[in-house]
Amino acid sequence: MTHNIYFYILTAGIVSTLIRVLPLTLIRRKIKNPFIRSFLYYVPYVTLAVMTFPAIITAPQIPLAGIAALIVGVIAAWKGVNMIGIAALCCGVVFVCENVFLYFI
Amino acid sequence: MNRHKNGFVNGLHDGLPIALGYFAVAFSLGIVARKAGLTPVQGFISSVVNHASAGEYAEFTVIMANASYLEMAFVILITNIRYLLMSCSLSQRFAPNASLFHRFWVGFGITDEIFGISIARAGSLDPYYTYGAMSISIPGWALGTALGITAGNILPVSAVSALSVALYGMFVAIIIPAAKNNKVIGGVVSASFVISFIVSEIPLFDHVSDSMKISLLTVLIAGIAAALFPIQDKDDDTNTLSDEEVPEYDA
Repeated sequence: MTHNIYFYILTAGIVSTLIRVLPLTLIRRKIKNPFIRSFLYYVPYVTLAVMTFPAIITAPQIPLAGIAALIVGVIAAWKGVNMIGIAALCCGVVFVCENVFLYFI
Repeated sequence: MNRHKNGFVNGLHDGLPIALGYFAVAFSLGIVARKAGLTPVQGFISSVVNHASAGEYAEFTVIMANASYLEMAFVILITNIRYLLMSCSLSQRFAPNASLFHRFWVGFGITDEIFGISIARAGSLDPYYTYGAMSISIPGWALGTALGITAGNILPVSAVSALSVALYGMFVAIIIPAAKNNKVIGGVVSASFVISFIVSEIPLFDHVSDSMKISLLTVLIAGIAAALFPIQDKDDDTNTLSDEEVPEYDA
């Protein structure tokens, strides 16, 4: 059986949209339960941390460049550099590291 | 009205680096989409309605395999399950009387990054801020996908490689200031790094998709943190992560 690509896209789009929209539209009140409140409070930090590491090491061609970008990014964030600045710094570090590395290979 | 415009402009501003990062990532996603037989228009539509990196990657592998629509639904559910958690989390930051319209469209806009910058703002959620970020980042994502399908390898590999860490730089920009200001968050973030690394190194979990790992680890670590360190106060100002002074939004 062959499938229609537009139906595939539609199926994926509907499921994604339901996942994204249902909790926001159904949960209308402040949740009182302290455990759930605390859980939801920690979710964003844990998710972002888990997504960042170790993926930042495997994303560039050379893992060392990713490690360097992470270290520079963390230091810059600690010092209060803004989001655009940190993103640009990380890209710059990877670019320089990889080019230097390839130059010596 | 002016406040809405202000929120929108701020969102646009913060969405710009996201859009650039998305463009690069979506470009490489487009190369996968081309293998799956998608036209640039189909890739563009897919990225507008689905806009998820892991989710769309999975979507294209399902298309490539010519699998059933049911399998597509299941794969998308699993790969995007973290958005369900993010949506729950965002629901707590909306003013209780916020309209269905705003709830729907803010929900629709959820991606890792848009969620990250939206939740990082002080006070109640300003939907216009999220709209501002969406209005530049989703087109960036969709155009990147379409161009990736059309043009294949225009960008040099080293440029794609460098741009690929832009997203992670933004994540770091969100979690590190919060970790600096709050010791518990600092501990939770450190533990997340360590556990995530260990799980990635254990061959037993090789069959588990990255998206599934992220979802499971999030539930596990945030659950343990909530049990051990329940938050005390009731006001939302504990979520203040931004250095900027943000005017309180009333829906």
